[in-house]
Amino acid sequence: MIEAVKSRSRKRLITLTVNGEEHEIAIRPNAMLVDVVRDQIGLTGTKSGCSSGSCGACTLLIDGRPMLACSTLAVECDGKAIRTVEDLADGERLSPIQEAFLDQGAVQCGFCTPGMLMSVTALIASNPKPSHQEIKKALEGNLCRCTGYNAIFNAVLQATGQDGIKPIMF
Amino acid sequence: MYNFEFVKPSSIDEAVAALGEDEAQALGGGQTLIPTLKQRLARPARLVSLSGIAEMKGVGAEGGVLTIGGGTSHATVAAEAAGSYPALAALAGNIGDPAVRNRGTIGGSLANNDPSACYPAAALGSGATIVTNAREIAADDFFKGMFTTALEEGEIITAVRFPVPQAANYQKFEQPASRFALVGVFVARGGDGVRVAVTGASEEGVFRWSEAEAALASDFSTGAIEGLSVPADGMIADLHGSKAYRAHLVGVLTRRAVSAAS
Repeated sequence: MIEAVKSRSRKRLITLTVNGEEHEIAIRPNAMLVDVVRDQIGLTGTKSGCSSGSCGACTLLIDGRPMLACSTLAVECDGKAIRTVEDLADGERLSPIQEAFLDQGAVQCGFCTPGMLMSVTALIASNPKPSHQEIKKALEGNLCRCTGYNAIFNAVLQATGQDGIKPIMF
Repeated sequence: MYNFEFVKPSSIDEAVAALGEDEAQALGGGQTLIPTLKQRLARPARLVSLSGIAEMKGVGAEGGVLTIGGGTSHATVAAEAAGSYPALAALAGNIGDPAVRNRGTIGGSLANNDPSACYPAAALGSGATIVTNAREIAADDFFKGMFTTALEEGEIITAVRFPVPQAANYQKFEQPASRFALVGVFVARGGDGVRVAVTGASEEGVFRWSEAEAALASDFSTGAIEGLSVPADGMIADLHGSKAYRAHLVGVLTRRAVSAAS
């Protein structure tokens, strides 16, 4: 039994390409992607919110598609390309989506922001002029508990160069 | 989460062999299983990932039948079935949220048979065939009550075959926090008549509303089922809705689905 437990928890090597950089990492099979990205690779932009697949704070891109890092085993991502919020800015220059979030006051506590930004990044990559309905649908899995949805929605409109931004009273 | 041994076979045969071990558990997209493991509600000794099996992925239409590999994600079905079976594609495109749709699979959803999941309604409502590594199971024989199916230990859903109906529609009354169906109704009209499958409502899981099916077979219109209702007895009651509320929704959503499919 002890032998079985030992072999079960034995680490294995996986390769993750994170933000274009290849990492070879030793992990246990039950390691979650969010913990590997934050604690082993050291990129703490991705947040761990509910840790149960409900809030979307840990959303990052796996092979270009938004997925939940809290509900994805790191071992399942062996050989895959991961993109996190740290990759959006070019040095000190923010991406248009990040600029729009700043302009529209779409950040309060900031905990949901990395997940929101990654969901919007994936949306715009495949759909540069999303409709209002498509924006809402792309963000349906990202919860903001500061009630900042209108500002976030406005930020997506700004980032995609669209009309319809409604002023928000603070 | 407890630790486990992890294997990722690349063929169905290897996966079946790997699942032959004691306390082995198949892993689809993990959107239900991973949170379950995190809560320590299950403790498999070995996880067998089905995500590396190419022969279980993809959508193909031939001769009026849509075949979907068991390991196909909801997002892929939403995109690739849109032309051949729009009602099914629309259902897949409204499961959970984008991140869930990118990982969750049709095989995983059907094997789990959550009483509020969308796919069981589509499979039962379409009269689909569940194909496993060992046999073919008609949807009518597959769902055996809440979280229970006809699958044997270690049996894998390798594909699902949907006969494409003449007209179909799925109406989901969404529970806004979980985005599961508070009640969902799938209506399909095909050569063999009309099928009405209800999810989210019954304590027995997905079921066919045969009274509505009979009425709609001779007259496919909302008027034909105007006076029909399902008994509140046996419906799910929770903080989101009472038994009577869910029973009422079954009628409302069935009429909406018929109207949209007419």
